[in-house]
Amino acid sequence: MELQTLTYLVVGFTFAVYIGIAIWARAGSTSEFYVAGGGVNPVANGMATAADWMSAASFISMAGLIAFLGYGGSVFLMGWTGGYVLLALLLAPYLRKFGKFTVPEFIGDRFYSRTARIVAVLCLILASVTYVIGQMKGVGVAFSRFLEVQYEVGLLIGMAIVFVYAVLGGMKGITYTQIAQYCVLIMAYTIPAIFISLNLTGNPFPQLGLGSTMAGTDTFLLDKLDQMVVELGFDQYTTSARLSHLNMFAYTMSLMIGTAGLPHVIIRFFTVPKVSDARRSAGWALIFIAILYTTAPAVAGMARLNLMNTIEPSPGNYLAYDERPTWFSNWEQTGLLKYEDKNGDGLIQYSADNNTNEMVKIDRDIMVLANPEIARLPNWVIALVAAGGLAAALSTAAGLLLAISSAISHDLLKGILKPDISEKQELNASRVAMAGAIGVAGYLGFNPPDFAAGTVAIAFGLAASSIFPALMMGIFSKRVNKQGAVAGMIVGITVTLLYVFQHLGIMFIPGTSFLGGLEPNWFLGIEPNAFGAIGAIVNFAVAIGVSQFTEEPPKHVRDLVENIRIPSGASEAVGH
Amino acid sequence: MSDKTQHNKYWQENLKIIVPLMVVWFVVSFGCGIIFVDELNNIRLGGYKLGFWFAQQGSIYCFVLLIYIYTKQMAKLDKKYSLDDDNQ
Repeated sequence: MELQTLTYLVVGFTFAVYIGIAIWARAGSTSEFYVAGGGVNPVANGMATAADWMSAASFISMAGLIAFLGYGGSVFLMGWTGGYVLLALLLAPYLRKFGKFTVPEFIGDRFYSRTARIVAVLCLILASVTYVIGQMKGVGVAFSRFLEVQYEVGLLIGMAIVFVYAVLGGMKGITYTQIAQYCVLIMAYTIPAIFISLNLTGNPFPQLGLGSTMAGTDTFLLDKLDQMVVELGFDQYTTSARLSHLNMFAYTMSLMIGTAGLPHVIIRFFTVPKVSDARRSAGWALIFIAILYTTAPAVAGMARLNLMNTIEPSPGNYLAYDERPTWFSNWEQTGLLKYEDKNGDGLIQYSADNNTNEMVKIDRDIMVLANPEIARLPNWVIALVAAGGLAAALSTAAGLLLAISSAISHDLLKGILKPDISEKQELNASRVAMAGAIGVAGYLGFNPPDFAAGTVAIAFGLAASSIFPALMMGIFSKRVNKQGAVAGMIVGITVTLLYVFQHLGIMFIPGTSFLGGLEPNWFLGIEPNAFGAIGAIVNFAVAIGVSQFTEEPPKHVRDLVENIRIPSGASEAVGH
Repeated sequence: MSDKTQHNKYWQENLKIIVPLMVVWFVVSFGCGIIFVDELNNIRLGGYKLGFWFAQQGSIYCFVLLIYIYTKQMAKLDKKYSLDDDNQ
């Protein structure tokens, strides 16, 4: 069957399944809308968390980034998995014991302050909206390539689907849809990887294939890759650090604590029945995530190798532009791949030297999507990858939108502005909030500030510098008070935002950066994306410092802290 | 013994479980994957340089293992203090 038809069929089928589940599991109460009634099985929740978590950035962008960054790309692998250790050990069980609906609600109660709750809502919205932009871009890219529509049209279709889907579902619908989406995306990711690993190394496990020898030779794949990139003038694949080891350290730390501080992930742990389930669920989530994350470096290395082999089948023997494969011309149409015949010989020369390199644009985002075509895998695999990319983007977008809309309807409206609205009104309000959030995210998706993973990395910096420290101190310290927490959050996120803005432009508008994006201006050589770790340290320092000079939290708050540290009795809290 | 002192002891033991696991978390990722990566890269694990392997594979396996150990130890601790939800 033709690829186009097949893609429509596979993608159409998965969409039908999602919508079907969303209708079947519609939310009837606020408890169902916010936390799926608190009765989700921990393994199922782990799977849903994995889909919620693994976004377009994980599915589409990450392997592409690693493919071009090599060892430097490890920050994403460690950062986006290591955060689960923090989540499981430091936050999830205690927040589950607290047993309410949203993250700002915890911050508001623990720091006995409406101000703290409002600041937390603002931080949450800032981080989540930034994150959603990346998802929108992913949806646009996947649609534009596979359904052969313009990027803008793809984005609009994506927005429409997310709209129907997120507004209908609520947390209950989203949870069960995410389970289906996990299955689609993990198959879509691993099947091509297995094929490619078999082709190149004869080993069906990509994780082992990357460390094996090339089929029929005794050269290790990674050695071959190192040798090829060095010949083209790039840094060695397995050792090229991202800027500096200090920068990688800060970047990894920023992603890890950002992961643990992202509200859409944390609220998933409010949906399980018990504290011990929250711990187990975090473990299951990481297992489901690790399947993709340990495959990604293999996909990256092998995709890079295949790409170079296609362009230059043997040293000095370049591919003629007229004989370029179909995937090449398909991606050229989307504008994500560009060739320029600089020396007029009709051949494609790829190198690290900008003067002679003729592959003037290889968008990193296309590496995973084009990978099966580059490796000449059957059409159904390509169609599956399209469905997987969309599943990843949609599941995360839905989770984020839920976090945003519940913060607005539950924390701002019900919690602060109009405490006496009925449950039904609150439910309607959260649906309106969701629609607004989709509009804002869509607008920013039309003017994306950076490639998908870049935007996402900033969201992590924001969550890392504001929400994570407040949550951790709220659990592990009885001394940190409202003045400390509020000051810490505000100073932490401001420092991070200013650093990002001064180098990348205010609201990313080009030309408004007041210190320039230049590396020499970076604090200790740390790039803006990695600055959340510094923001978090500032947050901790300010919060603890200010608390020392102000009065101790009242007794009922200290009792609350003691109570959440004890696991028993969590199931009673569900019916609040 | 009162509930309160029991709960305090439980919390102290909880911290004793968390701290060593956090140390391992730091060592396998930041230690092996970033700080000592160049030194470890002199050792090979099949086609992998060891530092590179920790950064792109090993640390993730360790993270999974850490949460598994944590879950088991905490379940034991909850039982010891009869604080698991099933006993309520």
